[in-house]
Amino acid sequence: MSNLFPKSANKLPLQILIFIGLTTGIVLAGVTYYATPKYSRVGYAPTQPVPFSHALHAGQLGLDCRYCHSNVEKSGHSNVPTAQTCMNCHNQIKTDSPLLAPVRESYASGNPVPWSKIHQAPDYVYFNHSVHVARGVSCVSCHGQINEMEVVHHAKPLSMGWCLECHREPEKFVRDPKLVTNLDWKHPGGDAGQLEQGKKFVHDWNIQPPQSCSGCHR
Amino acid sequence: MRYAYLTLLFVVVSAVSVLGFRGSLSQRTPLEIFPDMDRQPKYKPQAESAFFADRRTDRPTPVGVVPFGRTALAPEAKFLAEDDHLYRGLAANGTPARGYPAGITVDAQFLERGQLKYTIYCAPCHGAVGDGNGITKQYGMGATPTYHDDRLRGTPEGDLYHTITAGKGNMLSYADKLEPADRWAVVAYVRALQRAQTGTPADVVPAHKSELGLK
Repeated sequence: MSNLFPKSANKLPLQILIFIGLTTGIVLAGVTYYATPKYSRVGYAPTQPVPFSHALHAGQLGLDCRYCHSNVEKSGHSNVPTAQTCMNCHNQIKTDSPLLAPVRESYASGNPVPWSKIHQAPDYVYFNHSVHVARGVSCVSCHGQINEMEVVHHAKPLSMGWCLECHREPEKFVRDPKLVTNLDWKHPGGDAGQLEQGKKFVHDWNIQPPQSCSGCHR
Repeated sequence: MRYAYLTLLFVVVSAVSVLGFRGSLSQRTPLEIFPDMDRQPKYKPQAESAFFADRRTDRPTPVGVVPFGRTALAPEAKFLAEDDHLYRGLAANGTPARGYPAGITVDAQFLERGQLKYTIYCAPCHGAVGDGNGITKQYGMGATPTYHDDRLRGTPEGDLYHTITAGKGNMLSYADKLEPADRWAVVAYVRALQRAQTGTPADVVPAHKSELGLK
């Protein structure tokens, strides 16, 4: 028998075990890293029918988010603007730009511009924009620094665990509702100042973000 | 055994090079890893429908529909937007009304609301002080009139309301962005801007005079 297996074969079972352990570890690490919205959603930046630049309109011109997303304070759904909203200015500015042709066409025909939706919660999530904005959750908390984006990309994971980070500790995020559309604003007192003011707001306005299932799912 | 590790390394390197890293920009529609009921056959606002010819889930209002008039401002209204002053800025004789509709009190809170709405929707063209020098002027917007002339100082409130509602000249309607009460708040704020431009030292509250170096 001693001729059939070399002596090194004695180590083989251990080596196989180590290899299987390593492979399992790598697969687990891969799933943890990739099978999450942090990978699958963040960075999604589709090409839109009109290359609208938020960096120009919201950043450089300083238009308030609500100039276009005008229902955000009143409705659960934050609207994509009507073509007429674009035409408020673009009936005089860049009136013959070929890039704006879909907007002009939509304004004339009444058919919507086929924008691609970037932030899309699952259909069993009942997210309400107005209630968040009214209680001082800024646009930037969920959408990132839109006012600096030439092309909008999905900046935050919008996963349930991520929602709960704020629902558990709203004082880290809530601000004066007058400042919700000021995407560059940070509390001048830094994290400590934010925490102190946030705690006051949470107390004064009786903010109790739901952590029960039916708060967001029904 | 060495070959097994080399194969593993090759698999890992090729997987990472295909999948990339978190947060890298991508045009691909996000992958839904557990798509259970993520997309349900129901209509959501501004979504796409396979049923209607124009593929909109938001249906345009049928011809002849009249808005229901009961609001927080006019809780006693039975139906239809029947208050001409509130909804159309018209007096009983059909001319632009002077003053504000019944039920609207112009106080500091109302003006603050007007200021907020003005800053969002009007200031980009009309400018923060209403002189017509908004940011859009630098980008080729046509002449935007100033509020600070006798014509606009003398025009009835109902006329300003009508301009917001229906637009005027190159300005399009803002009725879809400002509900009637908000339009009246903007009218009140425009009046405040006009008043501010015609202020004199005599208007300054005595307590604040010293701050401004006035006697």
